[in-house]
Amino acid sequence: MTKNFKKRRTMLYIPGNNPAMIQQGGVYGADSILLDLEDAVALNQKDAARALVRNMIKVVDFYDAEVCVRINHLSTPFGLADLEEIVPLQPSAIRYPKTESPEEVAELLKIIERIEDRHGLPHNKMTLHAMIETAMGVQNVFNIASMFSRVDAITIGGQDLTADMNIVYTPDGVGIDFARKRIVMAAKASHIDVIDTVFPDVNDEEGLRRETEYAKKIGFTGKAVINPRQIDIIHKVFTPTEEEIRKAYHIVKEFQMNTAAGIGVFAIDGKMIDAPVVARAQYILKLANVTVG
Amino acid sequence: MLNSLGREIPEYIEGIGKLEPFQGALAKLRKGWMDEPTIPAPNRAYLPHQSKLCKTLEEAIIRSNPHNGMTVSFHHHLRNGDILLVQTLNILHNMGIREITLASSSLNECHDPILPYLVDGTVTRIFSSGIRNQLGRAIALGVLETPVVIHSHGGRVRSIHTGKIKIDLAVIPASAADCEGNATGSHGKSAFGSIGYAVIDARYAKEVIVVTDNLVDYPCIPLSISQNFIDHVVVVDSIGDASKIATGTTRITKSPMDLRIAKLAADVIEHSGFFVPGFAFQVGAGGASLAVAKFIREKMRDKGIKGSFMLGGITSYCVDMLNDGLFETLFDVQSFDAVVSNSLLNNRRHIEIPAALYANPFNCGCITNKIDVVVLGALEIDVDFNVNVITGSEGYIRGASGGHSDTASGAKLTVVVCPSFRGRIPIIKKRVHTIVTPGETVHVLVTERGICVNPAFKELEENLRRAGLNIKDIHDLEIEVDTITGVPGPLEYTDKIVGVVEYRDGTIIDVIHQLKEK
Repeated sequence: MTKNFKKRRTMLYIPGNNPAMIQQGGVYGADSILLDLEDAVALNQKDAARALVRNMIKVVDFYDAEVCVRINHLSTPFGLADLEEIVPLQPSAIRYPKTESPEEVAELLKIIERIEDRHGLPHNKMTLHAMIETAMGVQNVFNIASMFSRVDAITIGGQDLTADMNIVYTPDGVGIDFARKRIVMAAKASHIDVIDTVFPDVNDEEGLRRETEYAKKIGFTGKAVINPRQIDIIHKVFTPTEEEIRKAYHIVKEFQMNTAAGIGVFAIDGKMIDAPVVARAQYILKLANVTVG
Repeated sequence: MLNSLGREIPEYIEGIGKLEPFQGALAKLRKGWMDEPTIPAPNRAYLPHQSKLCKTLEEAIIRSNPHNGMTVSFHHHLRNGDILLVQTLNILHNMGIREITLASSSLNECHDPILPYLVDGTVTRIFSSGIRNQLGRAIALGVLETPVVIHSHGGRVRSIHTGKIKIDLAVIPASAADCEGNATGSHGKSAFGSIGYAVIDARYAKEVIVVTDNLVDYPCIPLSISQNFIDHVVVVDSIGDASKIATGTTRITKSPMDLRIAKLAADVIEHSGFFVPGFAFQVGAGGASLAVAKFIREKMRDKGIKGSFMLGGITSYCVDMLNDGLFETLFDVQSFDAVVSNSLLNNRRHIEIPAALYANPFNCGCITNKIDVVVLGALEIDVDFNVNVITGSEGYIRGASGGHSDTASGAKLTVVVCPSFRGRIPIIKKRVHTIVTPGETVHVLVTERGICVNPAFKELEENLRRAGLNIKDIHDLEIEVDTITGVPGPLEYTDKIVGVVEYRDGTIIDVIHQLKEK
């Protein structure tokens, strides 16, 4: 289970240079919104996008969505300027592209904390999402995921990863399957969230459903979204079924009653219920917005 | 005088007559009868084997006693592909006929060419359910001395029954007809499906011309319009631009915003208490409104719910739902796609209905009275849930009353779907420019930024809150949207009235003032 529960079934990419789309970002019901200053923005619009995102974050109501900003890599001429503008606004998270090593994360966090200090901001509010989209990043993913308390999610960037691996992306995802599973395992071992890559064909609803079901099966907590039309399909897959909710409710209810009675271990229908099962049930109820009274 | 919605209505307008203020959606119906007398339909006599065929439209018009001050009617089933309305007015203009009252069931962009006739006095009065584009702009700016009358589809039938619209000549395009004037829109190269709006014209006009580009052997089946009301038959090369009359199948929008609103509206319907086996349903033909059908279709399949009937403007999507067995019947007063015509012709559960049966409030029960759920659009809606579907944010006439108020008044659940703002213009207002549908007949507003329930329907609000839907007070949403867009400056009008908006019962729900030209 993750350390701090946040609903992250969907993360909607919004180009940082599109005011209309940013303004409407919160209305589609995505759990997270990613204002993108990196790949979605042409080189000659980087400055304008940065200023726009900075101003829009201040005034736009994104309702219940978590707001993240993907900055440019520090090796580009834009990364540092992005941090200088965005960190003071303290969005929920900064997403860092092409993360390859823990040293890189440490360097990034040092800069972020320096900016936070300058603005009198705490170091424990805004988190960091590390994007794994190179072969080197995949190799180092466990250290990236586990060594920093501010990293509370990792994500896989399928398009860049296939490019780095010099393979062609195929709809069956075979080429990045190892990377997917390795990244998931690193996240699970670190108790943080792990978000799957985008599904590029917005008109293929069935393909999206299949890929999302696969991502859920192997352990992803959510999936990136490039078109609002994809949100409901992904939510449907990641939202627990009525049967799952009922079962989880029963487990948590029994757990609460047994704990109150001072009983540590108990059984339902002859099956022993231990801490991981209870934790899983609690996670399902949180996803379904159900509280046990 | 003020009507019950607080709109100032004059007691009398030259060229229209005495006006009666709106007093509530069902106020006049509660009596159980209509106060105004029904005028008799004209009767004619034809000799055995007398020919009705005319060589040209002009010849048919000459035989129809054209005269100054006459009323000429048309249907709008050819939508933006219609060419006969303009041709007819050209002929009448060339004959020197003046002061024509135009009574088309609706007016579209394709009718812009008649604008000079409004300027030169050929056409001096208009009755219609919708006016758009150049005509709407010119009328809003005061091109006509006498205000236009905007009616609903049901209200038009009532106006013809009462003689408020006294049709001298009805020109009825048909995609198939025979030499006696039996006619239909359900087959032929220019097929447009139901001809439901024209049935009352055929019944009540003093002279009726059927125009077709597809003369078939006697009898033309089905007899959507029957020969006993038809005076003249004209065969032409084309009744309209087929590509604009009806094309292919309706595609569900791909706009993420429309889909989001539609999904929320479908959630509202699902949890309203009216989504039950045997429910009757109507949706519009475009954007978010039609997309609601997509989500309802999925919910019906998931829950194993089968509905009773779908009504109204019928799209290929409705036909698919009929063929899937999700509804028992389609009642079709107007068809939107080419494939609908085929279904109308061949499926006995797909029934063509006249406008009177569709929506006339003064009979023993129109079908809109049996709707459970209707989904409607809006140009504007105000904090009292009054809806404007006729004037745009710039003050021009650019929409249609259509069946909006008819269906809203009949449905157990009226859901209005619209974005909270378009461009930079807020759609939720403190007060709409023009009321077409009264708020008392609107139950829910669904926007991308929240769902607002009319406070008159507490139980519905409870149901929706219990389902976890994002319910907001409409006043709060109005403020929220204003915060984003700012409040547009008011439009400037003169005292001159350029349009009168009739409610379906014949009372006046609002008037449109002349827009000051900038």
